Amino acid sequence: MQFLFAGITVGATYALVGVGFSIIYNASQVINFAQGEFVMLGGMTTWFLFERAGIPVALAIPLAVMGTAAVGMALEKFAIEPARDASVVTLIIITIGASIFLRGGAQLLWGRNFHSVPGLSGNEPIDIAGAAVSPQSLWILGVTVLVILALNWFFSRTMTGRAMRAVAFNLLAAQLAGVNNRRVLLLAFALAAALGATAGALIAPLSLAYPEVGIMLGLKGFCAAILGGLGFPYGAIAGGLILGISENMTAGYISSAYKDAVAFVIILLALFFMPHGLFGRRGADRV
Amino acid sequence: MNRLATARYGGMLALAAVVAVLPLFLPNSFYYDMAILVGLNAIVCIGLNLLIGYAGQISLGHGGFFALGAYASAILTSAYGWPPAGALLAGAAGTGLLAFAVARPIMKLSGHYLAMGTLGLGIIISIVLTQEVDLTGGPDGMPVYGFSVFGWEPSGALTWYWIVGGLLLLTAWLALNIVESPVGRALRAVHGSEPAARTAGIDVVHYKALIFVVSAVLASIAGSVFVHYIGFITPSEAGFVHSIELVTMVVLGGMASIFGAIVGAAILTTLPQLLTFLHDYEMLVFGAILMGVMIFMPKGLVPAIRAWIGSRAR
Amino acid sequence: MSLLTVQSLTKAFGGVTAIDDLTLSIRPGAIHSIIGPNGAGKTTLFNLVTGIYAPDQGAVALDGRDITGAAAHGMAALGLSRTFQNLQIFFNMTALENVLVGMHRHCDHRFLPAMLRLPWIARRDREMADKAADLMRFVGLADYVDADADSLPYGALKRLEIARALAAEPRLLLLDEPAAGLNPAETAEIDDLIQKIGETGVTVVLVEHDMKLVMGVSEHILVIEHGRLLAEGTGAEIRHNPDVVAAYLGEEGRGL
Repeated sequence: MQFLFAGITVGATYALVGVGFSIIYNASQVINFAQGEFVMLGGMTTWFLFERAGIPVALAIPLAVMGTAAVGMALEKFAIEPARDASVVTLIIITIGASIFLRGGAQLLWGRNFHSVPGLSGNEPIDIAGAAVSPQSLWILGVTVLVILALNWFFSRTMTGRAMRAVAFNLLAAQLAGVNNRRVLLLAFALAAALGATAGALIAPLSLAYPEVGIMLGLKGFCAAILGGLGFPYGAIAGGLILGISENMTAGYISSAYKDAVAFVIILLALFFMPHGLFGRRGADRV
Repeated sequence: MNRLATARYGGMLALAAVVAVLPLFLPNSFYYDMAILVGLNAIVCIGLNLLIGYAGQISLGHGGFFALGAYASAILTSAYGWPPAGALLAGAAGTGLLAFAVARPIMKLSGHYLAMGTLGLGIIISIVLTQEVDLTGGPDGMPVYGFSVFGWEPSGALTWYWIVGGLLLLTAWLALNIVESPVGRALRAVHGSEPAARTAGIDVVHYKALIFVVSAVLASIAGSVFVHYIGFITPSEAGFVHSIELVTMVVLGGMASIFGAIVGAAILTTLPQLLTFLHDYEMLVFGAILMGVMIFMPKGLVPAIRAWIGSRAR
Repeated sequence: MSLLTVQSLTKAFGGVTAIDDLTLSIRPGAIHSIIGPNGAGKTTLFNLVTGIYAPDQGAVALDGRDITGAAAHGMAALGLSRTFQNLQIFFNMTALENVLVGMHRHCDHRFLPAMLRLPWIARRDREMADKAADLMRFVGLADYVDADADSLPYGALKRLEIARALAAEPRLLLLDEPAAGLNPAETAEIDDLIQKIGETGVTVVLVEHDMKLVMGVSEHILVIEHGRLLAEGTGAEIRHNPDVVAAYLGEEGRGL
């Protein structure tokens, strides 16, 4: 039970990161390797605002999220936009460069140490069905659900959201219908950064904040996105939860040493047997 | 056809000249060490370039293959007393088989899935190597002793330099042969348009798997030589960071360019050393340089330089 | 004796039935055209025949031999070659290399000899390069023999794709909208080229919308609508077929 909750908690984090990957992929076919760094920035900025600027955590988190969204937009504007016509591999390298850059910047500004951040409602575990659950976990779950609902509303009810879906479906048609692709891309990065930062800020009390925290989280979020079918945000959510739960169950019942490997083994198996992910549709080459 | 012929002979000659003459400019063993590391990275990158630049695929796990070759050599020679050459071949064969087993299912899918699959494979390899402490010495790594071929032992940095230099020249020559053959054209056709390649009779999946395995075997061989030179191996060589470094060398130096792969390896192996004086700014500047080069020279350095020379000539 | 037979072929994508119980036959040594409204299933038919899609039902036979659902890369060896509606030129190569790729099945494409550059590899490459240059001249691209593929104008690229398809030495050549996007002068050149190809004994099947080209070059026309064969015959027969006129040609068609 304990492991289930831990799994759901970390799974929700992977889900948020994975949705971010999907959103950017949908808008540009790019795999954003700096996504993990958005997570890191969320946590580190929250720590910084709380610890050094004395801002209460509940306020620091939204500020950190907005700040990271701004970083995401800057990344799109200055690194992705100029290289718009380059090959996908080149763009991937650019995002890798960005991730190194952001990590270097964080190390420079805030040092390499591990920092702790207090949870939103203290650190005393609550007893739920015999498992000791940290209140932060409940916050993570709650916020993730809210975020999902908000995204759902955004993508189906607002003009901008629908524009983004149109771009994912058929870029040319969307442009002909008047959708400004550059704005969509900018927004995609802002959203993905915000999602990553939210995940990072919320998980920081449980996992500590430090410059390297983004690497593994980013990779596993990527796994979640692929598991759910690259480009299907809801799939990423399911993927994230599955990964998180599997990981923790494995750690609890089989071997904690191979916990990190679980996500990647699942991904390999998924690629062998279910390549389009849980929800991906089989496409046919139009020639 | 003539253009290619000049590129091959001119390029190989230039490379051979550089390899032969470089020792005159290397003041001490630290620089030899750098040169040898560049050479080994270049060998891996040439193979990776065939995969990424020519065939248009991607691998984010080649560090894993490098480490497999290294550990195979390390374990077979130290724990089981195998001769180094045999261990190297066994490592290469094992890596090749693994690459084949993983590649064939994934090669039927499109690029991103291969990226993910190779990424996952590399990380799994690195985790296994870290966890199996009894076999591999765990995260602290394991030492490797003695490298001798028929009783002859390389002594000193200069000997190793010639060994690696020779291997590099051999690899470059073999790779150029591939590129200028029907096989090379088939690879580029796969990159250019898979439906059209199929129509011409090219078995796309076969070629993708083939070049993936070849590049994995090259990485394994380089890993084996590396471990005998350094005398030590840790699981970090299989890690995500190393794999990404290798891809970056290829893309930076130039896609679809053998010499680009060598240039990329040279730059990215030496650049961190050059930047150490920046201390805390090192990572930041490195990331910035990476982004900058890719934004302004998206096909990589060597093609960009070639294009620039070409436009001046007109 | 039919060269290509399609029997009760059916293919659906999601809710759309692109090819619906289609049966037709192509006899050797003639130039055939397949026409029909957009979305009628013409390119899908090509894709089914060449193995890019596998049919849901039905059979495809080439020269009596069943090739239903066979892998696309085996078609060249069976004597079947094609061009594409959306240009699939290899822009990462020279024009000549594009044609050389078309010769893939005729060359030694094994890995080891290539890697070791065994003596015949270079020699065969030179021979093939000469042949490829001849092919380029045959389709009218003599000016571009040394050029990079990405420097060719659109009309030349259409012809380059035809040269590449011919390089495989096919018995049956499928041309998917060879005149798409070309002006009348260029279309007339394609007309001549197709006739030239027909004279060498290759059976040509083209999908086209340009009625002048179709009527001028074809000995046999098949009309497809909603994935089914609506009518077939000579140009004259098709022009006056009321079903065809209603579905596709319109009243102006009569005047062609």
